[in-house]
Amino acid sequence: MRAPSGSDVTADSVLLSLENVSLSFGGIKALSDVSFDIRKREIRAIIGPNGAGKTSMLNVINGFYQPQQGRITFKGKKRAKMRPHEAARGGIARTFQNVALFRGMTALDNIMAGRTLKMHRGFVWQLLRVGPAVWEEVRHRHRVEEIIDFLEIPQIRKVPVGRLPYGLQKRVELGRALAMEPDLLLLDEPMAGMNLEEKEDMSRFIIDVNETFGTTIALIEHDMGVVMDLSDRVVVLEYGRKIAEGTPEVVRNDRRVIDAYLGVAH
Amino acid sequence: MLIWAWRIEDFELDLIYKIFLDPFVQMASAPDLLVQTLWEGLVGGVLYALIALGFVLIFKASGVFNFAQGIMVVFAALTLVGLHERGVPAFLALAITVGVMFVLAFAVERLVLRPLVNQPDIILFMATFGLTYFLIGLGELVFGGDPKIMITSDLYLPKGAIDFKILGGFVSLQKIDIAAAIIASLMVATLAIFFQKTRIGRALRAVADSHQAALSVGISLEQIWVIVWFAAGVVALAAGIMWGARSDVSFALQIIALKALPVLILGGLTSIPGAIVGGIVIGVGEKLGEFYWGPLLGSGIESWLAYVIALVFLLFRPQGMFGERIIERI
Repeated sequence: MRAPSGSDVTADSVLLSLENVSLSFGGIKALSDVSFDIRKREIRAIIGPNGAGKTSMLNVINGFYQPQQGRITFKGKKRAKMRPHEAARGGIARTFQNVALFRGMTALDNIMAGRTLKMHRGFVWQLLRVGPAVWEEVRHRHRVEEIIDFLEIPQIRKVPVGRLPYGLQKRVELGRALAMEPDLLLLDEPMAGMNLEEKEDMSRFIIDVNETFGTTIALIEHDMGVVMDLSDRVVVLEYGRKIAEGTPEVVRNDRRVIDAYLGVAH
Repeated sequence: MLIWAWRIEDFELDLIYKIFLDPFVQMASAPDLLVQTLWEGLVGGVLYALIALGFVLIFKASGVFNFAQGIMVVFAALTLVGLHERGVPAFLALAITVGVMFVLAFAVERLVLRPLVNQPDIILFMATFGLTYFLIGLGELVFGGDPKIMITSDLYLPKGAIDFKILGGFVSLQKIDIAAAIIASLMVATLAIFFQKTRIGRALRAVADSHQAALSVGISLEQIWVIVWFAAGVVALAAGIMWGARSDVSFALQIIALKALPVLILGGLTSIPGAIVGGIVIGVGEKLGEFYWGPLLGSGIESWLAYVIALVFLLFRPQGMFGERIIERI
């Protein structure tokens, strides 16, 4: 377990807070009355059995879903209805449970796509490919190369991502999210389907991102070992409700969490 | 015991001669005629490519097969000519038409695509059918249903023909065809660079690959859709002017959009170079077939040959010549 990052909870240290968030699809309650917060520079894990509403939670945070009830405060500002590209503009990046890459493009282009919001030259400049547009492209390309080096994937730069093995696709997806230089990085099962070695690599990258860039991370993960190693604080969902939260130590020994995972004899 | 002897009947020999030998003899004996046919095929092909390009743009960025592309060609040309008829100077009318195509793109995004987001592709496809009939109705209501003459001379498009003496004969090139070929090539080149090399182009391709992921990196689908529909509208306008100049501007013109289908099959639905090469192959193939093999079948071959070419091609390369191979991992 990692040392808790800053135990003093002041309003400034909270990056995102969710209060009484409820989300339903027709009659199905995906989330009911969930509240928790994510502090700056922490790694926050969201865990829970299948169908607990973890991915729905991420979708609410990055604007794919609009909760019917509840308040979301991001960077100290109450957030009204927000669409995903607006959330991205606000500094929220994410990866997906079933890798969502731009399959026809190379790894490099995929990561460059993450820079979309940071590039501003008008489209006439871009078309002419002269002056400012080229300088801009070059500048961003430098940043992207840094990310590629950081993730140790220079050899696959020009490979169309559809051809890459799953583990590397996940890494490219992380690269694309990092290219956005987000304030809040949402990772939906970053280690799903990986072998031990790949999991260790990914864990290392996540910790490095958190420590070197100071990026706040919220992640969903099933591998308890990984969660315990990585996260500062954990929130546990079951059937759309929050059943526990706290440091990994606390959560691990929580009766309701153990019951949720192992099942209880009724 | 019976002995079967296989004999080539006279009429069979004659047919083989007519299919495999005679056309080539004709080509060799009158090379100027061959060049003329090739040129006409080429121009026709470039114009097919221009229409196919409109389909490709929209398909690439939104996965929607836009059935309304043909009527957009007519509608754009009709708006241009109709405005001019009402006394608007030609170039102002051109600018206004571009504006109208932008409004159309914007309206399509707001009223058709946005409410249908995340619906299956077939639903969006059906919606473009609706759009087709809407545009036919609107066009007739505002500008009337009569065929109109394209305002070529007001737009300073050249008229007449240039004759070349070559290969012992002469070839005559319509100036408007030359202009069409040049304009279409420029347009295609611009779009190709735009798609491959720019940020917005990258965003367009991103949207084509995955809506979800595109949204998560901050690309606005709405904005992209307006851009592609507008680009498709401008391409439609160019196609409308060129086709209109060769025949006239009428609703019958939308039929040529169906000729874009074999072009798309040949070139792949997602490839801009594919649309160009596909267009030229179909255009040239059609003209050669019509001229040299057509008489065998009592002509009329032009109306279906393109589809046969596409069908045969489909057997060997289902993704088209340049279509992106989608590699599915199982």
